[in-house]
Amino acid sequence: MLQLPSLETLNMGAALPAISIAAWACILLLIDLWIPKDRKILTVYLAAGNLVFAFIANLLVFNQSGDSFMGMYVADQFSGVMNLIIIGTALLSIVLSFDYLKRVGIERGEYYVLVLFVTAGAMFMAAANDLILIFVALELLSIPLYVLSAFRAPDIRSEEAGMKYFLLGAFASAFLVFGGAMVYGATGTTNLNEIAASAGMIIASNSSTSLFLLLGAALLLVGLGFKVAAVPFHEWTPDVYEGAPTPVTAFMSVAAKLGGFGSLLRILVVGMSAVTMTAGEPAVWQNVVAILAGLTMIVGNIVALSQANIKRMLAYSSIANAGYILMAVAAAGSPGLANEATRGALVYMLAYMFTNMGAFAVVIAVERANGGADLEHFVGLGKARPMLAIMMVVFMMSLTGIPLTGGFIGKALVFATTLNAGLVWLAIIGVLTSVVSAYYYVRVIVNMFLRDAEASTEEATPGYSTGVQWVAAVALGGTVLLGVLPTLITVLTDRVSLVASITP
Amino acid sequence: MAYYPQLVSLIILIPAIGAFINIFWGARLGEKWVGTVATVASALAFVIAVLLFVYLEGSGYEAVVINPPIFDGWIQIPAGEVVIPWQQRVDTLSSTMMLIITGIGTLIHVYSISYMHGDARFHRYFAYLNMFLAFMLVLVTANNFLMMFVGWEGVGLCSFLLIGFWFDKAHGVGWRNTMAANKAMLLNRIGDFGVVMSVLIMFWTFGTTDYFRPAEIVNVHLAEEAAHAAEAAHSEEGAVAAEGEAANKPGDVVLAQEGEGEGAAAEEAHGEEHSTPGVVYVNNDHIETDQLGVFGQAERFLDEGRVIDIGPVQLPFSTWLTIMTLFLVLGVTGKSAQIPLFTWLPDAMAGPTPASALIHAATMVTAGVYIMVRSNVLFYYAPVTSFVVAMIGALTALVAGFIAMGQWDIKRVLAYSTVSQLGFMVAAVGIGAYAAAIFHLVTHAFFKALLFLGSGSVIHAMEHGHHHAHSHGHGHDDEHHGDDHHDAHEEEFDPQDMRNMGGLRRKMPLTFITYLFGTLALAGIFPFAGFWSKDEILADSWVAGFDNNNLAGYIVFIILLMAAAFTAFYMWRQIVLVFFGKPRTEAAEHAPESSRLITIPLVILGFFSLGIGFMNTPSYVLGLDNIFGAHLFTDRLEYSVSKAHASEFNLLIALGATALAVAAMFLANNIYRRSAIIEARRDPLEMLPTTAPFWSLANARMYWDAFYSRVFARPFTRIAYFLSDVVDWRFLHDYFHDVVIWKGFNAAAQGLSKPVDLGVIDGAVNGVGRVFGWLSSQLRQIQTGYVRTYALSLLVGVVLVILVILLPLLQRG
Amino acid sequence: MSPLQEFAPIAVLLIIAVLVAIIISIISRLFGPYKPTSRKVSPYESGMKPIGSASRRYSIRFYLVAVLFILFDIEVVFFLPWAVVFRDMGLYALAAMGVFTLVLTIGLIYEWKVGALEWE
Repeated sequence: MLQLPSLETLNMGAALPAISIAAWACILLLIDLWIPKDRKILTVYLAAGNLVFAFIANLLVFNQSGDSFMGMYVADQFSGVMNLIIIGTALLSIVLSFDYLKRVGIERGEYYVLVLFVTAGAMFMAAANDLILIFVALELLSIPLYVLSAFRAPDIRSEEAGMKYFLLGAFASAFLVFGGAMVYGATGTTNLNEIAASAGMIIASNSSTSLFLLLGAALLLVGLGFKVAAVPFHEWTPDVYEGAPTPVTAFMSVAAKLGGFGSLLRILVVGMSAVTMTAGEPAVWQNVVAILAGLTMIVGNIVALSQANIKRMLAYSSIANAGYILMAVAAAGSPGLANEATRGALVYMLAYMFTNMGAFAVVIAVERANGGADLEHFVGLGKARPMLAIMMVVFMMSLTGIPLTGGFIGKALVFATTLNAGLVWLAIIGVLTSVVSAYYYVRVIVNMFLRDAEASTEEATPGYSTGVQWVAAVALGGTVLLGVLPTLITVLTDRVSLVASITP
Repeated sequence: MAYYPQLVSLIILIPAIGAFINIFWGARLGEKWVGTVATVASALAFVIAVLLFVYLEGSGYEAVVINPPIFDGWIQIPAGEVVIPWQQRVDTLSSTMMLIITGIGTLIHVYSISYMHGDARFHRYFAYLNMFLAFMLVLVTANNFLMMFVGWEGVGLCSFLLIGFWFDKAHGVGWRNTMAANKAMLLNRIGDFGVVMSVLIMFWTFGTTDYFRPAEIVNVHLAEEAAHAAEAAHSEEGAVAAEGEAANKPGDVVLAQEGEGEGAAAEEAHGEEHSTPGVVYVNNDHIETDQLGVFGQAERFLDEGRVIDIGPVQLPFSTWLTIMTLFLVLGVTGKSAQIPLFTWLPDAMAGPTPASALIHAATMVTAGVYIMVRSNVLFYYAPVTSFVVAMIGALTALVAGFIAMGQWDIKRVLAYSTVSQLGFMVAAVGIGAYAAAIFHLVTHAFFKALLFLGSGSVIHAMEHGHHHAHSHGHGHDDEHHGDDHHDAHEEEFDPQDMRNMGGLRRKMPLTFITYLFGTLALAGIFPFAGFWSKDEILADSWVAGFDNNNLAGYIVFIILLMAAAFTAFYMWRQIVLVFFGKPRTEAAEHAPESSRLITIPLVILGFFSLGIGFMNTPSYVLGLDNIFGAHLFTDRLEYSVSKAHASEFNLLIALGATALAVAAMFLANNIYRRSAIIEARRDPLEMLPTTAPFWSLANARMYWDAFYSRVFARPFTRIAYFLSDVVDWRFLHDYFHDVVIWKGFNAAAQGLSKPVDLGVIDGAVNGVGRVFGWLSSQLRQIQTGYVRTYALSLLVGVVLVILVILLPLLQRG
Repeated sequence: MSPLQEFAPIAVLLIIAVLVAIIISIISRLFGPYKPTSRKVSPYESGMKPIGSASRRYSIRFYLVAVLFILFDIEVVFFLPWAVVFRDMGLYALAAMGVFTLVLTIGLIYEWKVGALEWE
């Protein structure tokens, strides 16, 4: 018989931050229709206001973990921290976008609505405890991103980016669904906790069902691996990042990853931890994730070396960074390390969020001032715009992982858990590729300070906008603060325990 | 022991690999290799079929169910408790079918190498042929209806592809080929609906689609007999041991394993669940009803008198069984070209002749007969269905035989003949003569393949002769004024029209002799194969009618006798028109004998058309049973077809039928041999006032196709017209769209959007124009990665991830 | 009472449906002007020629309309299972479907307002 949920069992309050954003996005879509074109700044305020509201609401419910929608949505500290990072990303990127859209002439209210949808999708992904909700959330995240990538239409690059992203994304989604179907076929449930409860037995039973379970896990991994741009599912990334409008690139290089890793961690840690060949061993998926992480770091960093365009370079760098986070995910497969690894990944993502948004803010400023984002356009920036250049230096250092920046803290935590998990080879790859990455990050610094511009770009520069300035400043603050006072965030992340939410 | 029949999984795999190679690399391999690959694949499959046959001989015909390695589960939904395994069944029935399919298939492969020489899509033809073999073998080796249906659909697809193989021929011929392929596809879809319904009903009723579960004993009667025999032998030896005591357990007759090979094989078949060492069950009483296959459960249900609940209606199981089987019969009428769905088969001759021989004469079209014999238990207990089947079969045999008498196209005659002979088989099933149906299926496969290949040889020769005659310009110089004329002439000439032939006996002696063999076999002349099988069907229907007082028996007997006379008549007419007399065209004059690749299969098939009938000689006939054994084939078949039985030889019927056939042949000889009317491209029967109406009726194919197009196709078009004109256009469009929607919507939208939107749109349009101008200059620079490459690399990644994640599982084994 | 009688209402419904369709078409035939032209009589396929090569270009608007149509059509499919369980689930189902419909309506208003529904 039907179990009628009451308002209490639905417990929508726990999901308030995400729901408020999704609902407001719908409403804003309508409101925006009646906002005249020359006053689109109103839409920005409305969107940003909603994000701030969600941010505060999230802080308020941070300690009250609970299930919503009959266990499909889990509001716990993990999703709490993820939500903070995701909302932060959205806020920064909205601020970053406004001037850009105006300048490029694509100022349309839908942009902000789509950003809100993506944000809601990412938040749902991080909190979804059910394969079906994960899929729906993934689509809520992806489809607006396809549109955003092509938002600069009829710019042919932007259209191409959107089309490519859409085609490949649909391809990858199909894998995710297929994987989900297989897991469902094997376990008879889509709820991650229930999957966790039966997964161990299925593997131990040595029947063909275990084959389906593992196939399902593999395909889920593929679907989400695509979202986080893990090698070898990364090929779309450079093209899409380069073609999409720059603020969109900044936004999606962070938001899509956050959503993807949120779901990945939940599926693997909550649902599949028990998938081991013998009890006490690391989970079966650890090897795959470790190999993916290794590949991602190697390919991402090495290809980034040869990029002359900073946007493209950052795209590859974002692939490489996904590799470092994947390293933590792999470590989470070892018994007893799940929480430590998850916390490491969270800190890394936060640091990456600040750094990346900041770097993109600088790129947008340079693009605007010098008409492009090639390495050449950064030449002499140290003289022309010292503040901007110094900010860029900090971001580059953070990406490299130099102490006193957020990037260092993130990397340190991630490497530590990887070593604890016994994946020494992976940690070595990580360190080596970090060294490699230093080359191309430092190259930017070198170009800014140690080379003189042949021609003065001064007069062509119509001072950069306040929005970008603010974003860069906030990002700088975040990056440095995280590097100097990591306890500010670890206070929050230390409460995260993903495994504990298993209640078989 | 159990590993030997495992070979059966290869019998599907090898042709599939052959098809795979030819599809992907065929174009690069060249004709020689393509032909070799395909033929070798087919020949290997034949070798396996022979090995399996030998295995069955050695193991006492006990059926084996094989789970192919690696592929151990097919459809398994643990959550829904649906388990449909991919199991293959090696028993006497499937082994018979495998031998025919691969044996004749191999010969036809060899033949095709020569026949298809020079065709632009040579490799694709062979790929289709191999693919057909693979699917056909899936069909016959399946152990459940769903897997059978996979093969059923697969061969349908191959048939479609091969009928329309020459879809690009010039002068509208290609279009006709395409339409023929479509027709086959559409009519078969109707039939497939029946099969799907039938299988769904089965699954709903029994919870399984397996024929038999691995542990089941198919023919309880035989098993008991064997057990008794063994027991008797056992007690004679005086070896009363512990096993003997175990035998006293109520309900089971148990015997020691040392009894004989039979016992060992039976135990083998039991599998893990029921095998107490040394204990052999001779019936299925120890198995729970829901652990039985479809047929076992059906018998149980009948014994119980179970009532089936279908929503608010309650049906006794026997009624339900009738519905189930009637749906299956609908499928059979599609695939095996019976009334009312038979019209596709004559058109299917548009395909290459060897493909017609294999698919549309010897194997695929007999799938319907095969599946009915396979489900003989169901049909045995569904008398209404059986009656319907008998009527369909007999009527089809008669109607198709009648139509065949009025055709000029050499292949079309054979096509209708095939329909008619399939009618014989179906009628045999209808009267319960399952063994006779399969026997006729086997002999027919040989001689009809032979006839088709022979006709292919003739057509080939006619084409060559035509080409030869015209390239050398013999006596036709005055007619040729240029290439255009030549082309026009090319178009008119029909190498398949028997009016263009004649006198080929001397031109192609080998083809003639083998064709004659095929004709005599088809006409049922002693001692050719057709005599034995047709006689068995007639004898069985006699027994069913006059001894068992079955109405269907009387009707079938009389109709089939007439159909047999028709058969002899139209076949001899064909022989006379094609081979006797004088050549009626230049082409026939210059027709050469075909190459050895073509004639060798003909000779082999001719040999079998002569000899294959002796494998099932009835007892007490001319002492032949002393040489060949009596009812060997039927006895063997009984191990998998539990309701099969051997019939008594009836000398009177044999003599009568043969006399009738000979008389019909003499009649045909008299009419066509001396007739000069054929020179005028008319049929002698057409000229006689008494026979003219009948002849034109046959020539017009009894207006069957015309009837379909008038009753179904045209009204359908008219209804579509009505819907589109009155309902859609006049009502929906003129009124509803224009007035209600368009005007109302317009008013609403105007009111809402006017104040805001007007300025925006104008601005956007102008902006777009400017941006485009700028873009076109940028456009050329973009030439980076292709999505398809990305998708491919993604796919490679998927495979990698799957491999790595499954590695521990594989290591565990 | 035969179990088949339970289906009687459905049979009545079928008959009424057929009758209504027939009556409507007869009435329109009787009272409406009937001046067939070849254009009018041809099957209406949203203005496209019904027969022709399969690979030709269509105006992008058709796709837009088609996509919008499919969107709403598929959404409507959800109403069917909803209607089946509606009585069991009562107010909750109503509220859930209300939310669903609301989202749909927002989409519709947006399309309308943006001009996606207008041909030109």
